[in-house]
Amino acid sequence: MLKTVLNSFHREAGARMVEYAGWDMPLFYALGATEEHKIVRRSAGLFDVSHMGRFRIQGEGSTDFLDYLISSNVQALLPGQSGYGLLLKENGGIIDDVFLYRLEEKDYILVVNASNLKKDWDWLNQHASSYDMTLKDESPETSLFALQGPRVIPVLETLCSCSLQKEWDRFGIRTLEIDGIPFTAGRTGYTGEDGVEIFVENGQAEALWKGILDHFAGHCEISPCGLACRDSLRFEPGFPLYGHELNEEILPPEALLKWACDLNGNFMGKEAVEALLEKGLDKKLITLSLTEKGVPREGYEVLSEEGEVIGTVVSGLYAPTVDKYCANAFVPPAYAKSGTPLQVSLRGRVKKAVVEKRPLYRPVYR
Amino acid sequence: MEIRYAKTHEWAAKEGDLYICGLSDYAQEKVGDIVFVELPETGAAVEQGAPFGVIESVKAANDLYSPLSGEVAAVNEALEDEPELVNSSPLKDGWICKIKSDDASFSALMSEDEYKEYLKGQDD
Repeated sequence: MLKTVLNSFHREAGARMVEYAGWDMPLFYALGATEEHKIVRRSAGLFDVSHMGRFRIQGEGSTDFLDYLISSNVQALLPGQSGYGLLLKENGGIIDDVFLYRLEEKDYILVVNASNLKKDWDWLNQHASSYDMTLKDESPETSLFALQGPRVIPVLETLCSCSLQKEWDRFGIRTLEIDGIPFTAGRTGYTGEDGVEIFVENGQAEALWKGILDHFAGHCEISPCGLACRDSLRFEPGFPLYGHELNEEILPPEALLKWACDLNGNFMGKEAVEALLEKGLDKKLITLSLTEKGVPREGYEVLSEEGEVIGTVVSGLYAPTVDKYCANAFVPPAYAKSGTPLQVSLRGRVKKAVVEKRPLYRPVYR
Repeated sequence: MEIRYAKTHEWAAKEGDLYICGLSDYAQEKVGDIVFVELPETGAAVEQGAPFGVIESVKAANDLYSPLSGEVAAVNEALEDEPELVNSSPLKDGWICKIKSDDASFSALMSEDEYKEYLKGQDD
């Protein structure tokens, strides 16, 4: 199994480890997943997400290349900014969802899901030949952390002795330093809280990780956080997770990601997306909550009020902040309106549910 | 109070005419934060080793197996609102149900010492 630089830290900290996309990753630490979730919502949490892929794309043709392969408007992204987008097949199916950092005019870092690293790498290389640029997989050389929570930016300001709260726009990229360790940070994340994602050289990753935990502890509550709460934290604000809300059979509008498609520009898969919008959707992503207790899990059938099977759960869990048992599912648009009564079959027991208004949890930065 | 354990990590102990049952401390720690317990129904006939409920942790659903054969006499309704009692107090406040059973199926369970020995082989 693959290990991040912090593997021995996670184990010594008593984390429950789990295999994820071929990596040995922390699922939760001593506090447990629910408490980690709550600490991120009220203060700060630190995640090791070094399993994610990071590709460096540099050179004259880099912008044109990325603008064509990524669904969003890469031209509009200014140097020093970052943004979300999708890699689509020609038929519009979602290969991956990605986060692009434009460091300089012709210098980018593309962050991809660990489970799709090889597939994305091959896909990008297949389409690279006609562009004047270089592609490099930097994942083995750097570590990636997510530092998330309402206390993150104020405490970073103190630690780095610089003014950040007002001057640093969401999705902006900065170079900061803690204990003399320089790192690149983007004001973004996957939790619905304010915070940063941090790129650091492997050689200094452990020192930075420990430095952040130690220094933050002097100012606020902080805990290392595992993949379990990363999932519940992303679920509540409605962020998709590849392999659940997204896959190659799903087109962006079905997953409510039309906003991530720059339909005024030109990108791989655009015709298919337009054709679907023209034709109308057959299925659409919804969030539902159970009105009777029980945990809806991936693969469980979603039924109409009359008992007809209309879809399948793609993610399901207990959502701690809203204190509800919730699921995401794809259903025909006729059932997608919030307030629509539905049912979910939990291992043979049919429980009542209702379509929720999305998102369940609205990020403060929105 | 004599407490005995099933290989599937449920415990049982005699309480008056009944046996009180729950999930072992080892198992609650192993599954992590418990977010829902699907309890057996009062009056249901249960069979030693057969599924009779579900423990839902943050990441997965785990079957609960009846440690005894008999009839469910009572369930811990407090778990409906506070499933986390199974984590915080697995042997006391987090009990699952009470079963009317014969002593034979109780004797068939492992003693506390045997269970401790059994756990040594579990952590690999």
